[in-house]
Amino acid sequence: MTPPTAQDTSAGELPLQQLDRVVLRFAGDSGDGMQVTGNQFTRTSALFGNDLATLPDFPAEIRAPVGTRPGVSGFQLQFSSSDIHTPGDQPDVLVAMNPAALMVNIDTLKKGGIVIVNTDAFKATDLKKAKCDTNPLEDGTLDGFRVIEVGINSRVSEALADSPLSNKDKQRCKNFYTLGLMYWVYSRPLEPTLEWLEEKFKGKDDLIAANQTALKAGYNAGDIRELFQGQYEVPKATLQPGTYRNVMGNQALAIGLVAGAKLAGIKPVYCSYPITPASSVLEFLAGYKNHGVVTIQSEDEIAAICSAIGASFAGSLGMTGTSGPGMALKGEAMGLAISTELPLVIVDVQRAGPSTGMPTKVEQSDLLSSIFGRNGDAPMPVIAISKPSDAFELSIDACRIAVQYMTPVILLSDNFIANGAEPWALPDLDTLKPFPVRFTEEKTEDFQSFGRDEKLARPWVKPGTPGMEFRIGGLEKAPSSNISYDPDNHQAMTDMRHQKVRNVADSIPTPEVHGAESGDVLVLGWGSTVGILRQAVENAQAKGQSVSRIHLTHVWPLPHGLDEIFARFKVVLIPEMNVAQMTSLLRGELPDHNYIPFNKVTGQPFLVTEIEAEIKRVLDEHAGA
Amino acid sequence: MTDIAQPALTKKDFASDQEVRWCPGCGDYAILNALQKHMAESGADPAKTVFVSGIGCSSRFPYYMNTYGFHTIHGRAPAVATGVKVANPDLDVWIVTGDGDSLSIGGNHLAHILRRNLDVNILMFNNEIYGLTKGQYSPTSPVGTKKKSTPMGSIDRPFEPAQFAVGSQATFVARTIDQDMKHMSKILKAAAAHRGTSFIEILQNCVIFNKDFYATTVEKKVRPDRTVDLVAGEPMIYGADRDKGLRFNGFTVERCSAEEADVWRPDTPSHAPTVLIAGMRDDPEMPVPVGVLRAVEAPVYEVGVNAQVEDAIATKGAGELKDLVYDGEIWTVD
Repeated sequence: MTPPTAQDTSAGELPLQQLDRVVLRFAGDSGDGMQVTGNQFTRTSALFGNDLATLPDFPAEIRAPVGTRPGVSGFQLQFSSSDIHTPGDQPDVLVAMNPAALMVNIDTLKKGGIVIVNTDAFKATDLKKAKCDTNPLEDGTLDGFRVIEVGINSRVSEALADSPLSNKDKQRCKNFYTLGLMYWVYSRPLEPTLEWLEEKFKGKDDLIAANQTALKAGYNAGDIRELFQGQYEVPKATLQPGTYRNVMGNQALAIGLVAGAKLAGIKPVYCSYPITPASSVLEFLAGYKNHGVVTIQSEDEIAAICSAIGASFAGSLGMTGTSGPGMALKGEAMGLAISTELPLVIVDVQRAGPSTGMPTKVEQSDLLSSIFGRNGDAPMPVIAISKPSDAFELSIDACRIAVQYMTPVILLSDNFIANGAEPWALPDLDTLKPFPVRFTEEKTEDFQSFGRDEKLARPWVKPGTPGMEFRIGGLEKAPSSNISYDPDNHQAMTDMRHQKVRNVADSIPTPEVHGAESGDVLVLGWGSTVGILRQAVENAQAKGQSVSRIHLTHVWPLPHGLDEIFARFKVVLIPEMNVAQMTSLLRGELPDHNYIPFNKVTGQPFLVTEIEAEIKRVLDEHAGA
Repeated sequence: MTDIAQPALTKKDFASDQEVRWCPGCGDYAILNALQKHMAESGADPAKTVFVSGIGCSSRFPYYMNTYGFHTIHGRAPAVATGVKVANPDLDVWIVTGDGDSLSIGGNHLAHILRRNLDVNILMFNNEIYGLTKGQYSPTSPVGTKKKSTPMGSIDRPFEPAQFAVGSQATFVARTIDQDMKHMSKILKAAAAHRGTSFIEILQNCVIFNKDFYATTVEKKVRPDRTVDLVAGEPMIYGADRDKGLRFNGFTVERCSAEEADVWRPDTPSHAPTVLIAGMRDDPEMPVPVGVLRAVEAPVYEVGVNAQVEDAIATKGAGELKDLVYDGEIWTVD
C-alpha cells in the first residue's frame, strides 16, 4: 500500500490534491526545535481530525556540537485520512535544516520524495561540521528526489527585520518558519499554533510576535507560489466514533497509574530517580498532586523502589518507574517485594542496552530479565504496553493485579511508546471496574500474616491497625511471618509464590487472533511492534497470504489458550526488537510449536516492509510443507 | 479506637514472642532492653510504632519488638522508612542499623534521609566490625585494624559518624553507650522528642569479633577520664574528679581546667562545633564525646510532601479522574 506522493503539476491553477496519508520527517540540530515543530504539526493534525502516529528520534546528548551528525534530532509523523498504525516506514517529505540532518536521514526518504533543505546552512563550515567532503546539494546525493531549496535563515531575517530581538534569537524562530511552510503545503490551519505560542511565551510579547511572524512568513512563502507547484490536503480520518485526544505513552501511563490507585481506593506513592526515557512519568505524576498523588524523587534507583515498598507496607500503592539500567539496580528490592508479598508497580520504559546502551533508542530487550532477572526463584507478573492509547488500561491492570494478588508487577513500555503520540479514543470512565482494597483489620482464629485467599494472596495488614502487629522481611518466613529455615516450609513457600503468579493467568483474557483462526503463519508480537505488525499482516492478508496475527499484553504469566491457538498454525513468526527473547520463553513454556524468531536491534522500529518480506520468506519456506 | 483508658503497657508488652538470637554477652541485648523500656515509659502505641531495619546483627531487632516491623535489605532501611513515613506520617518510625549497613552499603540513603529530615529515629549500633559475616573490618574501624580480610591491617580511614551526619545536614545527632542504660534512656528520650531525623550512634560491644574495642575509652572503668558527657547549656567538664574541661580555640578543641571549660551548645547555627567535638575521637589525648552532639530545628520532609498534596487540592480542587483523562484538546468523531 504505497501512499500517494507529491506529483508535479503544471503551473496555472493552484492545484489542491487530496492525499490519503503523508509521512513527514523534520530533521535538524538538537537546538533547532525539531521536537517542538513536530509536536505542533502533530497537534494541529490531531485537531484537524487526521489519524496519526509519531516517532520522535532524538540524540541522548541535549546539545551535541552544533551541526554535527550526532546532534541531529528528528521527528517523524504519519497523518492520514484513514486508519493508520505506524509512523510510517519511509518519509514522503524530509525537512533538513542542515547538511548533517540531510545526510543522517536521506537514506530513509522515499524514492521520488520531497526534500526541503535550508540552503543557508550549507556553507563550507557547515559541510565540514557534518563531515561532508562535497556539497550534497551538488554532488548527486539528491538525484531522484524533488529538492526544494529555501534559504530559511535569510527568509527569517527578512521577515523579522522589524523585531527587537537579537539576531541570534531571531534565528531561533527558524523552526516556526519551517512549520508555516509545511502547514501551507498540507493545508493546515495556523490558529492552533498561533494560540499555542501566546500561551507558551505569555508575557514575552517580542517572542510571541517573532515566532508568529515567522510562522506566517513560512505559510505565505508557500502561498505566493514561489516554492511549490501545488498544495495538498489530507482529509479528516474516519476514526471510530468517539471522543479523542492526542496522548503520549508516558502520559497515558501516568494517568493510568492514578486511575489504578483510585480504583483500588488507596493513595498512590510514586518514587523514582530521573532516567531517560522514564523521567516524564515522574514529571506528569508530580503535576497530579490534587489527585492525592504523592511523588518522591529519590536519591537513587534502589531508594526509589525501596521507598515504594515502604509505602505499600504502610498501606498505600507504591509505584516506581525506570529504564533498563535502573531495573538492574532495583533487582534485590524486587525480591524483597516478592518475598514480603507486597503490592508494587514497577514501570520499565525499555531502551537499547546493555549497560547504558542507547538511552534514546528503542528496544524490547528487558523481557527475560523482567520475568527471570532476580536472585532466587522470584516470580512476578509482567505486562507489556503496546501503544500510547493502551497504556491507560494496562497501567490500571498492573495496579489491579498488584493489589488483588499481593505482588509486585512489572509494567513494560519502551521508548517508542513513551515519546510517541497518537489519538486516544477516550474510555467511558463509568465502565472502569473498581477493585477496592480491603485491609485486614481483625484477627480471625486461624489468621496468619501469610495465610492465603482463593487466589493465594496473603492478607494486607496496615501498620496502625491495633492488635495486628507483625514483622516481615526478606528472610524466608513461615505462614505466621516468623523467620523459618525449615526445608519443607521453603519448598512450600517457593511453590506458593510461583502458583500465585501463575494464578494471575486466570484473570486475563486469551488474546484475540486477528485473521483466520488457522493457517500457515501466525505472527506473534508483544509491546510496541503492534502497529507495524498489524499493518504488515493486513498487507499480507490483502495479498491473499495465509497469515494471522496475535499480540500479547500479559507476557508473564502467559495467558491461557495459547497452546491451542499455536497448534492451528504451521509456524509462529515472532518479530522482536531483541535477540529472540519471546521465542526463548515460548520454546520453554509451550515447546510443541515451530517458532521462527525475527529480530532487529538497530534502535529503530521495524519497517512494515521488513515484516512483509519476512512473512513472505517464511511462507515460501513453510507453506504447504 | 475507644476513649476508654487502656491499662498502661509495660516493657514486656513490647517484647515479641520470638527467641532473641544474638550471641551471649552481645551489646544488642542491652539496647533492646533500653528500647522496650523506653517504649513502655513513653506510652508508645505498639500499633502505631514501626521498626525498620537493614541487614546485619543489629537489623534482627524488629523481630524482637512487639510492634510493626520490617526487616528489609542491606543498607536500605532509610529508603524503606521514607516510604512508610510519607505514606503514613502518623506512624512512629524507628530505623535500626549498624556501622556497615548505614555507612558502607547504605551510606547514600543515610545521607539523604538526614538531609530530608524525616521525622524518624535512627539507631546506629557501632561496633566497628562486620559481625554477621564473621569479622571483617568496617567503615568505622580505625586504620590498621587487622581482621580476616585485612591481615596486614586496614588502610582506609574510618568515618566519624557524627561528622558524616552533620555533613548531611542532620538536625539531631547523639552518641551513647550500650553499657550505660541510664545514659541510653536519656538519649532515647531526647531523640524521640526531636522533630526530624534523630541519628543516635550507640557504641556497642561485639563480644565475638571486636571484643571490648572501647575498653580504653567508654568502658565503665576508664570512662570518667576518657569520656566527656556533653549536655546542652552546661560546661564541657569530665574526669573522675570533674576537674577536666574542654574549650574551643579557633578551629581546635583543647583541654583546660574545669573552670575554663566552654558551655556546650549543640544548637549553634553552624555545625562546626559538632565537627570539632566529634573529631576528638581520633586523638588518644582527648576524651570521647557522648551525649547530644547536635540539635536544631528544620522543616520535616513528610510534612512538606503531604502539605503540597493538600495545597494542590485546596488550590485546584480534589481531582476527578475525568479531569485527567478528558484533558487538553478533545475532539469528537460522530
